[in-house]
Amino acid sequence: MMTIVFSLFLLTMLVLVAVAILRTDNLFTAVMLSGIFSLLMAANFFVLDAADVALTEAVIGAGISTVLFLGALALTAEKDRSPPVGSWVPLISASALGAVIIYGVLQAPRLGDPNAVVHNHVAPWYLEKTPELIDVPNVVTAVLASFRGYDTLGEVFVVFIACMGVMALLGRVRPRRDSIKLTEYEERSRNLRHHLIPRIVGKMLVPFIVLFGLYVQFHGDFGPGGGFQAGGLIAAGVILYSLLEGDWRGRELVPEWFSSLLVALGALLYAGVGVACMLKGGHFLNYSVLFEDPIKGQHVGILLVELGVGMTVTGVMITVFHAFARRGVR
Amino acid sequence: MTLHDQLPALLVAVPLFTAPIAYLLRAHGLPWAAAVAATVTAFIIACSLAATVYGGETIIYEMGGWPAPYGIVLHIDALSALIAMLVTGSSAAALIFGAKSLADEVGEEIAPSFFAAWILCTAGLTGMVITGDAFNIFVFMEISSLSTYILVSAGPDRRALVATYRYIIMGTIGATFYLIGVGFLYMATGSLNTVDIAARVGDVTEVRLLLVAAGFITVGMALKAAVFPLHSWMPNAYTFAPNVVTVFIAAASAKVSLYVLMRIDYAIFYKNIPNHELQLALLLIPMGILALFAGSMLAIYEKNLKRLLAYSSVAQVGYIALGIAMASVSGLTAAIVHMFNHGLIKGGMFMAVACLALRYRTVNIANLAGAGRAMPWTMAAFVIGGLGLIGVPLTPGFISKWYLVLGAMEKGWLGAVLVAAILLSSLLAVIYVWKVVEVAYFKEPRANATPVEGEAPLVMLIPTWIVVLAGLWIAIDSSLPVTMATLGAETLLGAR
Amino acid sequence: MELLGLYNYFVFAVLLMVGLYCILARTNIIKSLIGLSIFQGAVFLLYISMDKIDGGTGPIILEGAPADTIYANPLPQVLILTAIVVGISTTALGLAVAVRIREAYGTIEEDKIQEMDREQ
Repeated sequence: MMTIVFSLFLLTMLVLVAVAILRTDNLFTAVMLSGIFSLLMAANFFVLDAADVALTEAVIGAGISTVLFLGALALTAEKDRSPPVGSWVPLISASALGAVIIYGVLQAPRLGDPNAVVHNHVAPWYLEKTPELIDVPNVVTAVLASFRGYDTLGEVFVVFIACMGVMALLGRVRPRRDSIKLTEYEERSRNLRHHLIPRIVGKMLVPFIVLFGLYVQFHGDFGPGGGFQAGGLIAAGVILYSLLEGDWRGRELVPEWFSSLLVALGALLYAGVGVACMLKGGHFLNYSVLFEDPIKGQHVGILLVELGVGMTVTGVMITVFHAFARRGVR
Repeated sequence: MTLHDQLPALLVAVPLFTAPIAYLLRAHGLPWAAAVAATVTAFIIACSLAATVYGGETIIYEMGGWPAPYGIVLHIDALSALIAMLVTGSSAAALIFGAKSLADEVGEEIAPSFFAAWILCTAGLTGMVITGDAFNIFVFMEISSLSTYILVSAGPDRRALVATYRYIIMGTIGATFYLIGVGFLYMATGSLNTVDIAARVGDVTEVRLLLVAAGFITVGMALKAAVFPLHSWMPNAYTFAPNVVTVFIAAASAKVSLYVLMRIDYAIFYKNIPNHELQLALLLIPMGILALFAGSMLAIYEKNLKRLLAYSSVAQVGYIALGIAMASVSGLTAAIVHMFNHGLIKGGMFMAVACLALRYRTVNIANLAGAGRAMPWTMAAFVIGGLGLIGVPLTPGFISKWYLVLGAMEKGWLGAVLVAAILLSSLLAVIYVWKVVEVAYFKEPRANATPVEGEAPLVMLIPTWIVVLAGLWIAIDSSLPVTMATLGAETLLGAR
Repeated sequence: MELLGLYNYFVFAVLLMVGLYCILARTNIIKSLIGLSIFQGAVFLLYISMDKIDGGTGPIILEGAPADTIYANPLPQVLILTAIVVGISTTALGLAVAVRIREAYGTIEEDKIQEMDREQ
């Protein structure tokens, strides 16, 4: 009973937050509300028994996304907007969209119905065969990394492209070390070093965040976790350090060349595992042929590709953050 | 497994593997070389696959060794192979053609990211075409979309940025609509594999879910293919992208979205939703006819050469939409053949435009006066392409229009309307092609205009003419695209 | 669970409407991008609502679990993991473009940008 009330509450809050984002004039408020929106969404996912997705949405949606929006906001420096344009095209399109969906959804199976088609076709096969063929407790990881590994490969490259894009747009402008002194650069780059409490507490948290990220990376087979969540978490730790100490120090900690290398190596590792499977005579990304024992092959294959995912996501998030941060130092 | 068996996976794996390498190469010219290597290899693989499926068989390749519907399978038939050849071919041709033009417009600093994005765009479009899994289409659609945004944003004019932003918004809305459609399909059938969905969709009792799914997928793909009236992102994106990028995306990217539309509509919905044929016709035929006229009219009034050709593309996509709506073998064959032929024609024309832009430093039509004398080979290539847009015999455009008219004539009074629309719009095409021809051949350059260095460099002229001559060859012996297109049409309509 | 019924899907419909309206009716680029992420987030809700099953738990098959445990559907979760990452990639690219537009035009309001382009 409590779960039902809680779910209703969460869902209604989602709608209220979305409407608040729509109606607010202040962009900073809108960005903060979007972070809350993502966190509420993550809580919803958790109530719907999707722990992996909840973790990912919390890390990436509520964490990284909010930081990127704030970074962009700082660079565009517009806090307020002119009043909205009252045009009828958006109103009609939005209403038509809502009407079409409600029309369709009235025939949807109700939430949790065990006789729904989706629960009776492919899903039982995954749940039944995973212990037998892959022997990994977290079925979501098994499906993600092995059964539908090709999709995840595509996805790693989507993240890779985002990095390419931000690099192409916001450039690789190197700070001119010779022309401005280090202290002046540190002065100019935004940081929180004069706020004592965040600085001390934050610096204590960073190693734990990174450790938790590594735990999530390698424990993804056994519990909620995996490359995407881990990458986001480790990147979040590094970003926290950069926010506190200033971008210059952040880039001393994780140099630009290192995060770029991580980005490329992660993608290469994933594609490379696929090619290795082909060289051994199996299909692309068929880990079972990597070793004599197919289950061992699956385990090693999943470990390697998740590692690839984690490396790329970490590298991309750090690189993208630094690209935005560096643009603000003039 | 032999190398030949692994080709379907290699078609996507080779570009994917090369892209991070291209990003890591910092030396001058190396990213471009890596991109050329990847796309040329992909083109060769695509041709080899096309040869295998030419006789009508279908290649199925299980990714990860897992069978459908539990794993993702690649599903290659004549239609997929034809479009794959178009995508990889235009990508490789544009790259080889455009080295100098790109070095001009795209900065050295962003070259690694730019070429990595180019390779991934090719990989994404190819991946969309050869896969047999509906969600996989979405993933590769996003790969190709994101890389296209990067390619377009590299244009030298600041309006490229605004065009990219508009494109991002509309492209993401389109892709999200597609995702919603797949979600409803999954809710109704419980599967993501296209063949499996098609098999199970007949048993679905909740028809509304299917209707809504069909609607979202159609609108989403129409947005991404720039079917009128959802085309507003396209003219500016084509105009302000670097010239060589326009060659590639004009030839390839809209076609792939239309391919997805055809594939999903016909494979899944066609026989299983009552009156689907009628619904498709009701939707696409008006949009197609409007596209024909609106696109051509807007092209006539355009002063910018690239935007003129972009509006012309809007009109040409209208022809393809009409072919898709006809739901007959000749109609679908016409649509598929035109996808391929228009890729050739527009690719060639934009190559000619890139040559002109290199020498004249502008694409404003009024400033191109006298180009017919200053750059005769380039303008000749442009004119032949223009004849193809009109549909004059001995051009590939004629072949597609021929099949389209054949398909229309099967439709009774509606067919007569369609034939009239096709002929009228061809006349409009004459007007806008003549506009450019008149300025280039019959107007004198202004007295104070800087003289042009002469003809375009050979490295750009030769690929342009290879494309033009390929078009001529297809016009004379069109067995290659027509056979594959007919095979594709028959497969889609379930006649095989 | 019967009470919730189709409520998830109605919320999905409303969020989609709010997201689309935010994208189309707001002239500020950053606001439109936030609307875009709401729009994409609504789709996550659609898919994950499909994975719930009565009496189920997360799809992690632990060693000592009883044989008749009901597990939630793992497939929509995998799909949405992908979609979340795709969403943030689009957002990151969109924000980078917004920053560049601001540097080139001095503003991120679409109507002012259109005016400046028309004068050009």
